[in-house]
Formats: sequence, structure tokens, C-alpha cells
Amino acid sequence: MLSIKDLAVDFQTRKGVVHAVRNVNLHVDKGETLGIVGESGSGKSVTSYALMRILDAGGTITAGDIVYSGIDLRHSSARDMRNIRGREISMIFQNPRAALNPIRKVGHQLEDVLKTHSQATRYDARAKAISMLEAVQIRNAEERYHAYPFELSGGMCQRIVIAIALACNPQLLIADEPTTGLDITTQKTVMDLIQSLSQERQMSSILITHDLGLAAQYCDRIVVMKDGELVETGKPKSLFNNAQHAYTRKLIAATPRKNASIRDLLPVEEQQPLPERSQSGETLLRVNNLVKTYAGKNGPVHAVKGISFDLKQGKSLALVGESGCGKSTTSSMITRLLDCSSGEIIFNGQDIGKIKLRDFAQHEMRKDIQMVFQDATDSLNPRHSAFQSILEPIKHLTDLRSAKRQDRVYELADLVGLPHSLLTRFPHQLSGGQKARVGIARAIAVNPQLLILDEPTAALDVSIQAIVLNLLADLRAKLGMTYLFVSHDLHVVRLLCDDVIVMKDGEIVEMGPVEEVMDQPKSEYTQSLLDAAPSLSKIVE
Amino acid sequence: MSMAPTTKSDGFFAHIFYVLRGNPITALAFILLAFFIVCALFGPLIVPYDPLASNTSNALKPPSSDHWFGTDNLGRDVFSRVIVATRLDLLISVSAVALSFVIGSILGSIAGYWGGWLDAILNRLLDTIMAFPLFVLAMGIVAALGNTIENIVYATALINIPFYARLVRAEVNIRRDAGFALAAKLAGNSDLRVLAVHIFPNALPPMMVQISLNLGWAILNAAGLSFIGLGVRPPTPEWGIMVAEGANFVISGEWWLALFPGLWLMLAVFTFNLLGDGLRDIVDPRKRT
Repeated sequence: MLSIKDLAVDFQTRKGVVHAVRNVNLHVDKGETLGIVGESGSGKSVTSYALMRILDAGGTITAGDIVYSGIDLRHSSARDMRNIRGREISMIFQNPRAALNPIRKVGHQLEDVLKTHSQATRYDARAKAISMLEAVQIRNAEERYHAYPFELSGGMCQRIVIAIALACNPQLLIADEPTTGLDITTQKTVMDLIQSLSQERQMSSILITHDLGLAAQYCDRIVVMKDGELVETGKPKSLFNNAQHAYTRKLIAATPRKNASIRDLLPVEEQQPLPERSQSGETLLRVNNLVKTYAGKNGPVHAVKGISFDLKQGKSLALVGESGCGKSTTSSMITRLLDCSSGEIIFNGQDIGKIKLRDFAQHEMRKDIQMVFQDATDSLNPRHSAFQSILEPIKHLTDLRSAKRQDRVYELADLVGLPHSLLTRFPHQLSGGQKARVGIARAIAVNPQLLILDEPTAALDVSIQAIVLNLLADLRAKLGMTYLFVSHDLHVVRLLCDDVIVMKDGEIVEMGPVEEVMDQPKSEYTQSLLDAAPSLSKIVE
Repeated sequence: MSMAPTTKSDGFFAHIFYVLRGNPITALAFILLAFFIVCALFGPLIVPYDPLASNTSNALKPPSSDHWFGTDNLGRDVFSRVIVATRLDLLISVSAVALSFVIGSILGSIAGYWGGWLDAILNRLLDTIMAFPLFVLAMGIVAALGNTIENIVYATALINIPFYARLVRAEVNIRRDAGFALAAKLAGNSDLRVLAVHIFPNALPPMMVQISLNLGWAILNAAGLSFIGLGVRPPTPEWGIMVAEGANFVISGEWWLALFPGLWLMLAVFTFNLLGDGLRDIVDPRKRT
């Protein structure tokens, strides 16, 4: 139905021409789901933008043919393309909130697309819009019709986007990372929805993702892209069990899965045995009945409802749960970035919850508790070079003199594997993995006893994630740190942590050693989290 | 400092050069700015005539090779007066803008960072100032404190404070809970340091556009105020006064008296307006590739 031949896309940039996509050949058959997988910068999104002809200003298709049902998409007029988009080929974008107009009711946005493509008149648009909302399994569709995007959750917004995309019965649906940023159970419902709707309508679809597990589970055929070129193509089962190309094998190896150790994620030639960890067995952190209540519009919001746990020195504890479960609030309170409403945070025998936030910045214990943030880009000051960012805690929390400080920064850069030449760069000049290293170097700069890791790999490609996770494991052994690891990814947790706490709605659902909780979960909630996680191990033998 | 990652001077000048080369209009603006600065610094030394020396036998002469911009009703050389006036006009506008920048930044940062009742009170205060017409305020200040140049500067500064405060408040507010601000707290910075060293500098790029537009406005304001007789008084050369005095002669055909100071005024405002985008690119490290 769709065939792309020898596609090449160039981008004009300040530094000259960038060949984003070269020699891409692919086809999508009727009713088929094609997965395009690859890491960031592999050209997988650019390929789909090119076929929709919605490339950024600097991008041009320099070679190749794109033919959809006999129509030459590369050379058709802008007017024809407008008709094709939405009616014949639809697209779902990564961030559903950004894809919706924030100041228009979702029902009206649905009507807009129906009217544009003459699929509805003024009189029946409303009814059709509501039936579309019902089709994407939105309860109380009549009420939701009047909702604004900000009133809906991320998963709900993505369903609206799907409803809009499917409103005109397109023949081909392109989903560009449709579930990135959504919770794991929401991801499953959204993906199941897309799958069932496209089967119902005998629609073809292209799923663009960096998650191999997701692609394996939902695609009929998969192509792997790297640096703008197609590397390999095949059915999921044969591709993942018998990968021909080294890059595909590397991607598969780097994806966290059940029976792999943290070192298995790295290429074989880079694997070294894990160093021994020292654990004194003393309790470093004791959290007692910790509560956080916010004053909300409709009465108090109970973010954390009295949780208690112990963390022994040298151990790694994971806080797992979906967004809104209170795991980030808990970690913020322990980091003393947020005041608790009640309860105790006893660190090394002292209740640090009692120290005022304002005073804690200069407190001697400040250097014992540090944090690696979720979004490495957001957590680095855009005006500070990597050197300055790493220097910051050394300057304020240690007595090192200026010459020694510089040596310390270089030492830290070596420790996290950041080349010295990159230290003068600003955050926007660094890649995601490099930024993550700067963030880690800064957090360990003052030798903290407790390191809080807030989804440190969530924004990274799998191969970079593998490297960062191994780095964290090495550092833990080398420096004897204790980790509190906040994550929604159970596979990652399994690799790095000893114990796990599963949270839901501000309460602890289950806690215990990682293997025990994950292999024989006692609560239904934990089981549902485990089931929802797409996994390569279900398909790889 | 061996590898000098903390000194960024060479990178900074290279970056200025890069911005200027990529954007010829900014380069033009900088050349014009340099011209005005030279006039302001050395004006009295480089002009051919004493701007205050009258010569009634040579009054109201049209532009000639001796007197490029002609002479006024007292026989003073208009060109010399226009050039010498640069210093005073720039001084008034730059000091007024500097004052409102500093005060507006402090107020806006406090309102944006701490929020709450402080924010509410400051905002209403700024609303009140914004509702005040400049000329009425200036007349009030001059009536109360006397007709001096300083008072005109204060009036202009006061009127401009809300624009800076509003801008800074918004820029600080969106970065208050940014990851790098939290990270700065973890690194042992007090709230004040987080605000002043980490958050506020990130608000500078949009501020630069505001400053340069404001400089243009401030020159116009200063000229406007002296046009109606506030602040600068004759015979001091100043563009606004010269336009005001020259306006009387336009009807009788001596157009050059008002035209040239007006033209210079326009050129100065134009320069500052052009400068904005270039200044923003220079202070924004993200523009460095």
C-alpha cells in the first residue's frame, strides 16, 4: 500500500548539510503494522515526516520515491497533501498535550478535523465526535466532549489524539513514539487500543519507537534504523532471536530483560566483572510514618500517606510506581527539597525532617545527601559549562582551595568517563548521555553517603542507558554509596537494586527483595505493573 | 588556571564576532552605536564650533560647507550642537534605563521567586505605576523636587520599572522549580544565591531586547520632556529642545533647525531598536554552537 524507494533527506544547518536519511527502502502492506526502531538521531521520525511532507524548514527530500496507493507523495501539490493528511494518512505524536490545542475543547477539535475533510456537517458533527470519543473508550464521552486538554490526564489526552487521527477513517496510521512519557499501564491500554482499532478498520500502521519490547509485542514486521540507514528488517521473532547485524544485536543486548545481569547489557568486549560492594549493615536512613499533604482546590491532597521504611548502608532501594503515586514527593522530602507534613526522616541518627529547608542548604549534612535528576537537560544551568556545573557543589560544600578544586573536577570527570575536552562545553553542546554523566559527576562530587536517583535513565537511549546503569553500579561499589532509586521501569530496577518498594496513591503496596517481589508478587497491583511492561524476554528464547 | 575552562573571555569575543558576521543588521547597529558613543565621549573635542558661542551676524544660515547643518537664530552652529547634545541625551536615557533595569530586576525576581502576598502587592503597585502617564508624573516630580535633569531621569526610570519587573517575574517564575535550581540548592546555595547566580542570569536574553527598545524610548522621552520645557533648559544643547526651538522657524522656511536634531534623534532610537536581537544572541550561551 505504501512503498518508499531509495529515500534520502538532507537538512541544511549552520554547519553544512546533514544527511538525515539515506537509501531507505520500505513498504507497508494492507492491514500490516510496521515497526521502525532505532535510537535518537537514527532518522526514524524524519522518514515518517518526509512521507507526510511535514519536514522542518531546512529539510528536503533529495532522492527517492514515496508512493501511497498509486499516488506519488513526493511530487503531489500542497493542496493534495492537505487532503491526504488526516483522511488517508494520519499521525499520532509523542507528546499528546502538545499535539492538542490547549484552549479549545477536545470535542471541538475533533469536529474541526471531521469538518475539514467533509466527513461531517454542522448538524451531525457533535454526534460523530462523541461516537469517536466512545470508540477510543473514553467514559462519559458526553461530558468529556466539553473538557479542555489540561483537565485530562496524559493517557486520556493521547486517546483524544488517537480519536482525532482516526476520525476520518484513514488507511494508514503513523504513531511516533505514542506512549513515551505515559505510565506503563497506560502505555498498555493505549497500545492495545491502537491495535484493536486498526484491526477493526483493517488499517495499516507504522509504529516508531525506541523500545524494542514494545515493537516486538505490537508489530508484524520490524525495520531497524541507524544513522539514517536501514540496518535490518524482519519478523519480530526471527529478528530478535537471530539478528544478523551487529547494531541490532547491540540494541537487543542493551535492553533490560529478565535473566540478564547489569553487565550483560554492555557489548561483550566491554564487560568487566563487577567490583565487590562493601556493606556495613548499619541503618543509614529510617523513614517513619512520612506524610505529605498539599492544600488543593477541592480540599487537601494527600500525596504521601504515612510511609515507613529502613535503608541500610551500602544497599540500593527502589521506589517504584506510576506517576502520581508519591514516589517523587517522597524522594524530594528525603533530599530535603520539600518539607514533610509530618513524620520523621532519620539520617545517621538525626531527624533531618526537623531542620528548616532554608537552613539545610548550608547544613553540614547537605553534602551527605545528593541527587541525580530525571531530566539531565533541565537540571543543568544553561549558562554554566560542564566544568562550572560540577564545580558548584565542591565550591560550596567542601573546603578545597581553588587549585585543588580544579583537580577534583578532572578526577570526577575521569570517574564518570567524561573526556576533559568536553568540560568547557555548555549543556546544549552535549549529548544526552554526556549530560547524564555531568549530572552524576556533580551529584557524587562531595562524596555523598546517600544518592537519590530520580529516573536517571528515563530520557536516554537504551545503549546509553546500559552504560549509565553500569557506571552507577561501578560507582556504588567504588565509593560505597547507598542508592535510593526512583523509577517506573521494573526491568531497570531489577538490574540495579537489592530491595524494592511498590507505591500506589501515596501508600506502600508491597516491599521486599527485588527478586521476591518481581517473581512472586503478592499484590495484584504489582502483578499488573509487571504484566503491562513490554518485554523482550517474552519473545526472545 | 591551566586549561582555562573557567575563563571564557576569548570564547566570548569570538562569539560576538560570530553573531555580528551572521547578522549584518546587528553589525550595522553596533557601528552606529560606536559612532554615538564616540560622539558622546569626544563630542566637544571634535566639533568645529563652540556649541554655545552665538554670532548674530551669521544667524539662520542654511546648510553650507562651513556650517553643515546651518546655523540657528543666534548664529550657533547646528552641527556642533547636535553632536555635543549626544552626551546629554545618552546619559539621561542610559542612566534612566539602568536604574529601572536594576530596580525592576530586584522587584521582579523577588515577586517571581517567593510569590505569595509579596507577589500580589508588588503586582498591584506596578499596575498603578503603569497606569500613570509619563508626562504627568514628570511634571509632578519636577513640581515637587525642582526642574533638574536628575529628576527627569528618576521620572523616566520609574515609568519603566514595571516593564522590567513583569518580564523578570515571568522569567524567574518559570525557572523557580527547574532542575538546575534544585540542583543548585543541593550544592549548598542559599535561596538568594540560587536566585541571583543561577536563575536571574537565565532571564537576561529577553531582558536585552527590552533594554535596547527601552533605550530608544528613553531618548524619545527625554527629548519629549525637554520639548515641553521640563528637565534640560536652554541654552544647553539637547535634541528635544533644539527640535522645540527649531519648530518655530519651520513655517518661515528655516527647516534645518528642527530637521537635523530630529534626524539624529531618530537615528539614535533606530540604532537601539536594531541592537536588541544582536544583544540577546550575544548574552545567550545557547546561540554558541
